[in-house]
Amino acid sequence: MKRRIDYARFMADAPPTIRLTDRKGASVLVVGGTWTVLSLRGIARQIETLRKGGKMRGVKQVDASGVSRLDTAGVLEILSIAGVDGPTDITTRDQRHAELFEVVKKNKGDATKEHHVNWFAHWLEEIGLDVVHFGQQLINLCAFFGEIVVVFAGAFLQPRRFRFNAVIRQMFEVWIKALSIVGILCFLIGVVIAYQGVQQLKQFGAETFTVEAVAIGMFRELGVLLTAIIVAGRSGSAFTAQIGTMQVNQEVDAMDTMGLNPIEWLVLPRIIALVLSMPLLAFWGDMAGVLGGAFACTIYLDFTFVQFFDRMRDTVGVWNFYTGMIKAPVFGLVIAAIGCFEGLQVRGSAESVGQLTTRSVVESIFCVIVLDAIFSIIFLLAGV
Amino acid sequence: MAEGGQLVDHSDGREVILRLRGVRTQFDENVIHDKLDFDVFRGEIVGLVGGSGTGKSVLLRTIIGLNPARRGKIEILGVDRHGLHGKAEHDLQARTGVQFQDGALFSSLTVADNIIVPIREHAGLDEPTMRAIAALKIALVGLPADTGEKKPSELSGGMRKRASLARALALDPELLFLDEPTAGLDPIGAAHYDELVRNLQKSLGLTILMVTHDLDSLYACCDRIAVLLDKRVVVGTMEELLAYDHPWVREYFHGPRGRAAAPKE
Repeated sequence: MKRRIDYARFMADAPPTIRLTDRKGASVLVVGGTWTVLSLRGIARQIETLRKGGKMRGVKQVDASGVSRLDTAGVLEILSIAGVDGPTDITTRDQRHAELFEVVKKNKGDATKEHHVNWFAHWLEEIGLDVVHFGQQLINLCAFFGEIVVVFAGAFLQPRRFRFNAVIRQMFEVWIKALSIVGILCFLIGVVIAYQGVQQLKQFGAETFTVEAVAIGMFRELGVLLTAIIVAGRSGSAFTAQIGTMQVNQEVDAMDTMGLNPIEWLVLPRIIALVLSMPLLAFWGDMAGVLGGAFACTIYLDFTFVQFFDRMRDTVGVWNFYTGMIKAPVFGLVIAAIGCFEGLQVRGSAESVGQLTTRSVVESIFCVIVLDAIFSIIFLLAGV
Repeated sequence: MAEGGQLVDHSDGREVILRLRGVRTQFDENVIHDKLDFDVFRGEIVGLVGGSGTGKSVLLRTIIGLNPARRGKIEILGVDRHGLHGKAEHDLQARTGVQFQDGALFSSLTVADNIIVPIREHAGLDEPTMRAIAALKIALVGLPADTGEKKPSELSGGMRKRASLARALALDPELLFLDEPTAGLDPIGAAHYDELVRNLQKSLGLTILMVTHDLDSLYACCDRIAVLLDKRVVVGTMEELLAYDHPWVREYFHGPRGRAAAPKE
């Protein structure tokens, strides 16, 4: 069935033809058949060989009376064959084809020339632009943090400006809905660490230290770091995409004109929600991780749960837990602030939303890890 | 009434480009169109009007295949739309062009690249030829030459509509669908657009079906007008519809705006 339709179309459309003849001493380009955008491919090579011969240059006469079907692309191709100036004397089949030639001639501009730049200059320009952009970004980010602080302080003077409903709604999204994924991943990492710990420590006959490895590792670093990375990927990106889409739809502009401060309405609730949710999630992640470790120990060490937690209580200091918990709200603040900031940077199109969402996730994970390193130094100096 | 929803037969021996017979569309239980007949002939511009919620856009989407008809037959350029797929559908799509209401230009591509997309897909010409065709289309719709290098987000609303029209014209389609092409344009821009459509129709020999609410457009460029009434269409010239006795039609054409748009004798 499909083939038949195809065949019928080719029968109806004679393929395009082209040849160069001599009439009364002048060379004439004779074209015929179908000259439409869909048929041009068939004749491209023929045109190329004729053109390479150099005879086509300066042809002033075209006989297009044998053309059965014609469209603007076909006309453009016929006109371009003769070179820059184009032919002056064109014979066509009927009035409609003549008009088509006229329309195309009138609108035929110079084809846009490709812009060639030295690759080194181009590279320098790119780097320069990146540096300038980075500087501007840094200034904007500082301004943004300043604005948040001002709005936050203002909200303390007028507590009704804390938008509690929005905070609760956001907390449902970033906390409750993240519980399952954070729990499962931390549990699995706990299992993995315990398994690796047993394998390595067995060589020294110190496999019971697996309990410390799991508990301290989870409490100090892994629980909160893993949670922060999950949250950056799922909530930080969501913040950027939500606010970015509102920016594209001019919803943020509409808010501005109504005297609603976007920082107060969009940014503050998200930041508060995430700062509150991060410690809760990190705690949940810690518990799941330790449980995973304990579960693995019952299998690989023949520990009972009671033995595991007894040892943990005796050997793992509570400050290990506190250090992790102190980091959590700071990570939450950074992830939320970067997510919202990038969302507000969106300009114009859907493409921009995608770019900035990617950037928001990368930047927040980067910042979280840098901050984690800084915290390590601080805790080291503080001796905890 | 004559065939194809016409008040009087206008066929005049012309080829039928678009033929709808007994078309029914519905969403769940909500029937939008039923037993709808509609013909469009070669070389004419038909305006499709109707009150809010009568399903102008639904009808357009049904014709171009974005929304399946529950019943009836849709023939575009002599090809039955129903059950069309693969190569045959691909070929038919190369012969029709659609301008969406808000342009629907691909935001990550420049205007020239937007125009080249369908050409590359269907015709597969070499790069300089496609660039030249894109430049020609940009000039045809009256945009300055440097528009080709711009992204859609850098254009004004009116320019976006023209750029979108240029993309719809990329393959020199025989049948062109325009969805509210003048909505959101200022009266001068809209008048220029009407003139542009009229000129393009003449010079390229197009057949155009446009959904519109703009009474000025109806007077300025449409040969015939299709009105969506009671789940069906009634097609006629402006004079016939002015004389047609139906409350909505009377209100539409004889209301204050309808009178204002009518050309003064």
